[in-house]
Amino acid sequence: MTAPVDVEAGARRVTTAKAISEAIAQEMRANPEVFVMGEDVGPYGGIFGSTGGLFEEFGATRVIDTPISETGFIGAGIGAAVEGMRPVVELMFVDFLGVCFDQIYNHMAKIHYESGGNVKVPMVLMMAVGGGYSDAAQHSQCLWATFAHMPGMKVVAPSNPYDAKGLMASAIKDDNPVIFMFHKGVMGLPWMAKNPRSIGAVPEEEYTVPIGKAAIPHPGTDVTVVSVSMSVQHCLDVAEKLEGTTSVEVIDLRSIVPLDREAILASVAKTGRLVIVDEDYRSFGLSGEIVATIADKDPSMLKVPVQRVAYPDIPVPYARVLEYEALPTRDKIEAAIAAAMKG
Amino acid sequence: MVDNDMRVDFYKEMVRIRTYEAALQRDYHADKAPAWDIGAGLIPGEMHLSAGQEPVAVGLCANLEQGDAITGPHRPHHLALAKGVDMKAMTAEIFGRDTGLSHGKGGHMHLFDPSQHFSCSGIIAQGMPVAVGQALAFSRRGTANVAVAVAGEGAANQGGFHEALNLASMWKLPVIFIIEDNDWAISVNRETATPIKDGSLRASAYGMPSARIEGNDVDAIYDACRTAVERARAGGGPTLLEIHTVRLWGHFEGDAQAYRGDELAAATENDPIPLYEKRLLAAGLLTEDSIGSIKAQAEEEVEAAIAYAKASPEPKPSDAYLHVFA
Ligand SMILES: Cc1ncc(C[n+]2csc(CCOP(=O)(O)OP(=O)(O)O)c2C)c(N)n1
Ligand SMILES: [Mg+2]
Repeated sequence: MTAPVDVEAGARRVTTAKAISEAIAQEMRANPEVFVMGEDVGPYGGIFGSTGGLFEEFGATRVIDTPISETGFIGAGIGAAVEGMRPVVELMFVDFLGVCFDQIYNHMAKIHYESGGNVKVPMVLMMAVGGGYSDAAQHSQCLWATFAHMPGMKVVAPSNPYDAKGLMASAIKDDNPVIFMFHKGVMGLPWMAKNPRSIGAVPEEEYTVPIGKAAIPHPGTDVTVVSVSMSVQHCLDVAEKLEGTTSVEVIDLRSIVPLDREAILASVAKTGRLVIVDEDYRSFGLSGEIVATIADKDPSMLKVPVQRVAYPDIPVPYARVLEYEALPTRDKIEAAIAAAMKG
Repeated sequence: MVDNDMRVDFYKEMVRIRTYEAALQRDYHADKAPAWDIGAGLIPGEMHLSAGQEPVAVGLCANLEQGDAITGPHRPHHLALAKGVDMKAMTAEIFGRDTGLSHGKGGHMHLFDPSQHFSCSGIIAQGMPVAVGQALAFSRRGTANVAVAVAGEGAANQGGFHEALNLASMWKLPVIFIIEDNDWAISVNRETATPIKDGSLRASAYGMPSARIEGNDVDAIYDACRTAVERARAGGGPTLLEIHTVRLWGHFEGDAQAYRGDELAAATENDPIPLYEKRLLAAGLLTEDSIGSIKAQAEEEVEAAIAYAKASPEPKPSDAYLHVFA
């Protein structure tokens, strides 16, 4: 069931972290085949709060703290999923995929196809992504395009608590492997500076948000700004700031796979101007794929060249001045919108 | 064998490291209030301090020369300082300054000092195969240098650890694998993650000598490391040492450690530095006066390094694009 977006003022407001753990708890109550495993997901509640309260409610047999053996426990998640369970496995930071990627892309992602559709892998692999707090090169990447590049995995990245809860419920119910990426900046963590958008109205009851459908949280007519995850919050801040001068349409992709190409094409057909904001690396990634989507369909729908605000092709530096030189900030988004509006 | 002069030196070095980390801890938290923000302040980002584990670094490094290599983990300061990494350049790196070891690109989990053959990595156990490669280079060149891979007990459940041990043993390389067993991997206790009590037993699967060292005692650690280093230098191949130590502070700064319960108080009582100090006092190797001057000297060095870092310029924003390729 897809609930209507009833997020009136005065409704209960929670962090994205709480919204995610609530979705997992509701699925666990409804389905005994759902279980959680990963590092520090038990009593600690997940380093980023994604499993808060689950250990207390479901105990150590359904909320399992693992050794630091990602190949082992992600592979074990795959095995349990192949036998029909619905594991929610946490890889603490996406950057750690290096030690376990074979299980992910050669097994989790390919088993359904290799088996001619006979074996399903209904598993969620969730992980923290993103930077902005000086965690440097090995703990700050987004990397959604790395997963999206390899067929067989859905890739989800919510920007707010409401979507996070509904997307997590959809991910657990999905018969496919789903990579669920939560940006640390959207989690509403008590120990990290946050945009107020990381805390929002979330219904207590269960609902789903469909995977593969973009949202348009700020409709507009002058310029299309396409983004995903944390950067959507920055785009919305800029769009609100520019109200009265430029009518900005913000598209929150919500998932990279499937990519809602129709939503992008429909908006660009209307505005003729496109800005893409992506915290993942610029080259060979999401921003290029979006440009290709336009070029494949009808490049003449663009009145001006595309503006890409994406992470430059450098590892994430540590020092704040260096990191903020590279990150997609509000200033850069505003400048890109201004550039798109010229000409 | 450890003699009395060495004991005083061990004490000095442990005090130096502790003084350093206490000062970093102070400055790390100083400008994150009132709403604690991990990304704020002069030292932003994650901060893993090694208080309690100084005996490992000091006992180990007293056996090493400048040309020997260490690959360290995410908790690297004790090892870096004991190995001889320049305190000023390291501090400037941690403060994200242009005068830092890596011009502010690396930060506290990614310290690189080629002059000391020192490096570390934030990805668990993944420095271990790199040490094997450094040892391969040393042995190909016919030097007597050794490479040391240091990782936590949590890291010993990572494939990289097992692959590195197998390679080093197969190729009989001069590697010393050091596991710092502080009982915890963030909030996960050793007992929930590792089915055997003595992790050094794992070496037998790779035909490698090994030992587990209890007591967090710098003298015993020195002796065990000495045996391993001498074996490696003489062409006798690798050794695995699991050293039982203690993590006195949080996994990272800001960790409330609720998961530790009573164990934390017990750990605090096992702070190796006051224990060692008492022993050396009783043996007449230290006096209240000499302790005072050792601590004052350490503070002077540490505060000078911090002042240097704070006075150093930040990198230019455009420097972000340098160093992607050689
Ligand atoms: C491959 C990988 N998995 C997980 C992590 C997250 N992580 C960082 S430190 C840590 C615990 C490490 O425990 P241990 O090896 O015992 O070292 P200690 O922190 O106790 O010094 C974990 C799980 C990581 N950095 N790399
Ligand atoms: Mg440990």
